[in-house]
Amino acid sequence: MKSFTYERAHSPSEAAAAAARIDGAKFIAGGTNLLDLMKLQIETPAHLIDVNGLALDKIEATSDGGLRIGALVRNTDLAADPRVRRDYGLLSRALLAGASGQLRNMATTAGNLLQRTRCPYFYDTNQPCNKRRPGSGCAAIDGFSRQHAIVGVSNACIATHPSDMAVALMALDASVETVRADGKTRSVPIGELYRLPGETPHVETTLESGELITAVTLPKPVGGRHIYHKVRDRASYAFALVSVGAVVQRDGSGRVALGGVAHKPWRVAAADAEMPRGAKAVAARLLADAKSTRENAFKLPLVERTLGAVLAEARG
Amino acid sequence: MTKVSLTVNGESRELDLDTRTTLLDALREHLHLAGTKKGCDHGQCGACTVIVDGRRINSCLTLAVMHDGDTVTTIEGLGTPAHLHPMQAAFVKHDGYQCGYCTPGQICSAVAVLDEIKAGIPSHVSADLTARPQLTATELRERMSGNICRCGAYSNIIDAVTEVAGRQA
Repeated sequence: MKSFTYERAHSPSEAAAAAARIDGAKFIAGGTNLLDLMKLQIETPAHLIDVNGLALDKIEATSDGGLRIGALVRNTDLAADPRVRRDYGLLSRALLAGASGQLRNMATTAGNLLQRTRCPYFYDTNQPCNKRRPGSGCAAIDGFSRQHAIVGVSNACIATHPSDMAVALMALDASVETVRADGKTRSVPIGELYRLPGETPHVETTLESGELITAVTLPKPVGGRHIYHKVRDRASYAFALVSVGAVVQRDGSGRVALGGVAHKPWRVAAADAEMPRGAKAVAARLLADAKSTRENAFKLPLVERTLGAVLAEARG
Repeated sequence: MTKVSLTVNGESRELDLDTRTTLLDALREHLHLAGTKKGCDHGQCGACTVIVDGRRINSCLTLAVMHDGDTVTTIEGLGTPAHLHPMQAAFVKHDGYQCGYCTPGQICSAVAVLDEIKAGIPSHVSADLTARPQLTATELRERMSGNICRCGAYSNIIDAVTEVAGRQA
């Protein structure tokens, strides 16, 4: 690990200002992904701003009947919150499908959103990777790409976003509240938080330098059946090959988002509209512009079949 | 170097640490509590599991400086050779290990798992999210999935945890 200086932040706006001001500064909260990457020298921050002392660890009701989830709420606490279990079951299910008990006890809501891809070529510093070293090339496209993205890919990057939680938040129309270096706050719909890789896969979000996530807000509950179905190589503690997060209403309408298939949690408005017509129609919309490799082409039928399983469970 | 105060196994300890020191290295290299093991050092194996402020975490994926003022329980703090913690005794009785390297992490994790179930925290395999989680082998297996045992003592580990869970229930 490269050496770094360390400070504890005292307020969100001070933290954001310090992060923008100090060269090579990064926030640290749970640290479960950042420290992993620092040990491999994939991340080499010169300065860490520990935000754990900020009072951002509450889940509160909002005036419009939704929930405001503090950025530092641990994954375990979010999944176990009685309101989340009752009204946003999809979010609990997605969280519980991810990582391990130990990791969920440390990992935070904002950190989960901002975790980096688990592409093995991103992790292997001997390999080219446009995300790790812009312009160096992508070893995954002609490499072992079984885990990789099938939609929204570019010639520069086919990495996936690894979060389960973000898939649920996408289907639930969550927004991300932030504070910027100048102290101003804003709310970003989660659909506008992530970027597709394009030619700049190292730029993963629309957040500005120093911008700190302070909360995630959920609109008022929409009812329906909440289902998260994750297909992976082992029964627990593995990243998704394909995951489907869905809210299905009694009349068959609903919303759906996919994990494990793109550089961001994948949702397509036209696919939601096809929900009453079944898995084949929904999958066709979700995967309209799919571009798979020889090794991950299996994900195309897997998405349709996983959708089929989810819709059958919703009916049952 | 940064000063860090920890309460480890009931004793207050002051350390002067390089900011890079993980909690795991602080325990093993600075406090010489070598019961907590370094396996993968990347949060994948669970050998470094300790209990901080009542919660199990991977001590390899957190910096010691982030724990100033925290209370840490390691395997050495759960029981002693003369007075084993019930979970330690059950692992011995059920032969819940072979080489023993993952065992301190398994035991710290198992102790916390039973507290998590008692606190009503659901898991991936809980059928009903809003009901109290059950003390079944399926639940225990899922909740222990962050602790890898390369010797494959899993079925005996589950027997040990089940016995302690039953006694507690």
